Amino acid sequence: MSTVEERVKKIVCEQLGVKESEVQNASSFVEDLGADSLDTVELVMALEEEFETEIPDEEAEKLTSVQDAIDYIVAHT
Amino acid sequence: MSLAGKTALVTGATRGIGKAIAKALAEQGATVVGTATSEQGAESITADLKASGGFGLVMDVSDPASVEAGLKQVSEQAGAPAILVNNAGITRDNLLMRLKDEDWSSVMETNLSSVYRTSKAVLRGMAKARWGRIINVSSVVAGMGNPGQANYCAAKAGVEGFTRSLAKEMSNRGITANCVAPGFIDTDMTRKLDDKQREAMMEVIPAGRLGEPEEVAAVVAFLASDAAAYVTGETINVNGGMYMG
Repeated sequence: MSTVEERVKKIVCEQLGVKESEVQNASSFVEDLGADSLDTVELVMALEEEFETEIPDEEAEKLTSVQDAIDYIVAHT
Repeated sequence: MSLAGKTALVTGATRGIGKAIAKALAEQGATVVGTATSEQGAESITADLKASGGFGLVMDVSDPASVEAGLKQVSEQAGAPAILVNNAGITRDNLLMRLKDEDWSSVMETNLSSVYRTSKAVLRGMAKARWGRIINVSSVVAGMGNPGQANYCAAKAGVEGFTRSLAKEMSNRGITANCVAPGFIDTDMTRKLDDKQREAMMEVIPAGRLGEPEEVAAVVAFLASDAAAYVTGETINVNGGMYMG
């Protein structure tokens, strides 16, 4: 079983079409990984599906980096 | 057949233009689910579509809970819609000075808010598939205006603006959004008109005749196809030349 960190990074790679080596914990989705606003919406949806959870819009807006996403998932699943 | 393996959801498919659209998409190979407001209507749609694997469904597009339940059933039974045709619509005509709040709000709910709800509900599946077609049935009066139809014209013009925004938001996901704007089509609605009204209507239609529902459906079928992948945010008039705005 992969860790939350590995699963989050895998989804980030798939959704944003970036290489695993480019995805650091501190990477910002928009500034470092080139996500546009629609990408970030889709990314949150993909995380919701992978971890079978609902991320409210006001929380989703705060998830701007890989580490934010990991922390959110760890705290809420 | 170009739409084989794709699920299409057509609202208001019991009669007229919606029925013709459902048939045209089924002929292109799509699995078509048509919505109706009554059980009887849904059964007649099922009778029409079952040979091609489609079926009818009771759904009130003005009711968020009904739309949610309907979309769930479609996804479970036929798969996430790749094609959405928002066709369901009503008229509550009256001169603005006599128009009631309820006439305004029911037309807005059924003709405009419904498009927001159904479109939002199907986008996730389309974005995932990187392919989608949203086709909204507008009306010639959205551009022209029409006395007695301030509510209807506002809703239809709203649908066209909505469609242009949606087209810009989703085009890099392989999803297009377009409108088809019929003029006077030979349906129950226009059959209600008397001879005098009919005569007046003919005078403003250069083609000199009413349109057939199939002539609207053919344009919808084109917009649903792969051939129309680069057409988005557009409103296509199907009106025999009566308006070219």
